[in-house]
Amino acid sequence: MINKKEITCIVCPIGCKILIKTNGKKFELLKGNKCKQGVEYAHSEALDPRRVLTSSVLVEGGIWPLVSVKTKKPIPKEKVFDVLKQIQRIKVNAPVKIGQVIAKNISNTNIDLIATKTIDKF
Amino acid sequence: MIAHNVDVSVIGAGPAGLAAAVSARKNGAKKVLLLDRNSWLGGILPQCIHDGFGIEETGTSMTGPEYANMYIKEAEKLGVVFMQETMVLSLNKNLEITAINKKGLHKIKTKSIILAMGCREKTRWNVLTPGDRPSGIYTAGVAQAFINLYNIIPGKNVVILGSGDVGLIMARRLKFEDANVLGVVEILPFASGLPRNVVQCLDDYDIPLFLNHTVTYVEGRDRLESITIAQVDKKMNPIPGTKRKIKCDTLLLSLGLIPENELSKQIGIKIDPITGGPIIDQFFQTSIPGIFACGNCLQVYDTVDVLVKGANLAGKNASLKPLKKEKELVIKPGKNIRYIVPQNVNQSGLIHFTMRAIKPNQSVNLRVNADGKEILKKKQRWVNPSNMIEVDLEITDKIFKSNSYLEVFLDK
Repeated sequence: MINKKEITCIVCPIGCKILIKTNGKKFELLKGNKCKQGVEYAHSEALDPRRVLTSSVLVEGGIWPLVSVKTKKPIPKEKVFDVLKQIQRIKVNAPVKIGQVIAKNISNTNIDLIATKTIDKF
Repeated sequence: MIAHNVDVSVIGAGPAGLAAAVSARKNGAKKVLLLDRNSWLGGILPQCIHDGFGIEETGTSMTGPEYANMYIKEAEKLGVVFMQETMVLSLNKNLEITAINKKGLHKIKTKSIILAMGCREKTRWNVLTPGDRPSGIYTAGVAQAFINLYNIIPGKNVVILGSGDVGLIMARRLKFEDANVLGVVEILPFASGLPRNVVQCLDDYDIPLFLNHTVTYVEGRDRLESITIAQVDKKMNPIPGTKRKIKCDTLLLSLGLIPENELSKQIGIKIDPITGGPIIDQFFQTSIPGIFACGNCLQVYDTVDVLVKGANLAGKNASLKPLKKEKELVIKPGKNIRYIVPQNVNQSGLIHFTMRAIKPNQSVNLRVNADGKEILKKKQRWVNPSNMIEVDLEITDKIFKSNSYLEVFLDK
């Protein structure tokens, strides 16, 4: 079945409303995007919706009890809560450096979880 | 008293202060001092762990801490002097700063000052929500600090009043931490946060957004037990018969931000009653020569990317020789424009303006009139109060000299 769908772009603060046509496999852009990144987002949102997931993990012996983390690339939307469950189990030791890999291939997404902050030792 | 002598002093080491300090150094200021009352640099950024920062500026999406790190590294490289855990007590018109920290009282003589104190969140007492005074009512930013910095979850069953960006982001954040997010209540007929946040924070997780609704009562003895919400009419008064009680233990408030200008007001810097920030010219200079303002203490920005553009200009101009003012051309907000910054222009040239619409609209024209004559007409596909409008306007010598004010408005 072919559906017409309006997708609100999340790439930048403008939030273009992009009209597309899709049957779940094929994608056709109708109108509404202001830039090329919008086409890419609408394409991915229609066929393989993904999000960068950000959260935090526990730190032992640091000046702060948490270090903020993100998935290095967007992960499939349906994996968000799996990854969050994993994140809740992780504990790392200070110091943590920004960009450091906290978990490799988290929840079999082929994407690493990395620190977005430096936490020095207490 | 410990004496200092510097070129540019920046008050507040959040994104605006960091960017302004970096820009001042790049534009020739030798000694740049950055003062902040916290033990860390970056202001609010370390608790904004979500991504979306820096897209317009750098083309890549960063989290708040990563964005802060980029500027901190650059400031360090350029030799900006940091003075942390330092509270600025007062300024004076001779450009002297009195500040205090563990080492003692400091007197800082400076050639120019950049105000970058940021903003504060509105609280329950700004909107006067009736009811009890239980615990469990927090501003969204405080809850964000609890969760993202201190590892404290503020509650289990949460309602959010106000659909500002921090509120939307906290709705998702609490969902991620296994809380029940029962809904976001917004008195206006549209969300006040950015569209992308409505999508990726609420729609993605089926969190309801109650538009045209407000909280009419708060109940709880020790801890919050319930809130009552009601639909509102066009005048924002609750409609009888639409009241509904929601059991919850936590209410987060995302009601908007107020520029922080205690220091500015103390020395009599003129404040724009609409923005809540200093009235500035195109050089970001306030009504007191040598004192500049940028960031959220000037006006509350939508994104750090646009904020930093202004902070760069403030930093640049603060490091240059002061300009002689010829005259002041006033820029007046007209129909459907809430405010415009800068409010004054004192030299001809191409000037970048930022402004906000009063209500959402589609296919309108942004017009600028000089003495009844149109000098700019720019089509806007849509306008929205939550999206700042940016426009470049060429103010020629002739326009500058022959007018006392320009009017900016939106029209079909």
